[in-house]
Amino acid sequence: MIKINGKAAPEAKGNTLGQYLDENGYNKTRIAVEVNGSILSKKEYDSYIINDEDIIEIVNFVGGG
Amino acid sequence: MTNNEFINALIMRHGSDIYHKLINSKVAVAGLGGLGSNVALALARAGIGELFIVDFDRVDITNLNRQQYDISDIGKAKTVALANKIRAVNPIIKIKRKKIKITESNAVELFKDHSIVCECFDKAESKAMLINTLLTSPEDFTVVSASGMAGFDTGNTIQSRKINDRLYICGDMVSGIENGMGLMAPRVGICAMHQANTVLRLLLCDLN
Repeated sequence: MIKINGKAAPEAKGNTLGQYLDENGYNKTRIAVEVNGSILSKKEYDSYIINDEDIIEIVNFVGGG
Repeated sequence: MTNNEFINALIMRHGSDIYHKLINSKVAVAGLGGLGSNVALALARAGIGELFIVDFDRVDITNLNRQQYDISDIGKAKTVALANKIRAVNPIIKIKRKKIKITESNAVELFKDHSIVCECFDKAESKAMLINTLLTSPEDFTVVSASGMAGFDTGNTIQSRKINDRLYICGDMVSGIENGMGLMAPRVGICAMHQANTVLRLLLCDLN
């Protein structure tokens, strides 16, 4: 079962991570994406194909400090 | 006050074991605004042996609402002003400072001697850049980041979250300046203290 931010996301299977991020309105300059425990490089977003069993966390940063 | 008196006071407060662990530790702070100035001072008070503080900016009048600078600091490089503040509360700490803008191209080289880096930037893009750059590099960084501390909603939603062994994020994750909320001393301070406490836990406990 694919999990994205803690929720089951079977519909994401076979999509690239880049497609998923676009379709779900993420601004790619403000996020870090962890796939199965490690941060995926931005360069790999468009080539990474979401697999069954992937656990993905998308951290969306907001401004302020 | 002599250095020995200062050291004895730290040992009296924290115990010898914790004192020795912290005095032999070093931490980098990237960005010296509302988060970074507070994180650095809290770690200095805790007795960290060495701090590496980095910021390209100078103290501005609009910083006084939440950052640890005072009127006499306006116009000074934040690295210089903060180093003075740190030395005023901890006479034995080693401070390294660099006035430079941290980018994708210089971040790894800049921080490669520091296994713990506090991300204390203000722009969301800069936060994401530093985390993506450090955590996809071959170096073994742990980043303590912050996101979501604007406004004056309850402070109880600001938390420390472990994303994985190398990434911790403090904040409420949603209250950004993009939503028209200003930054104020209390919530920014709460968030910075979460970061400083996470650093202490990384240095003193086995979190993994």
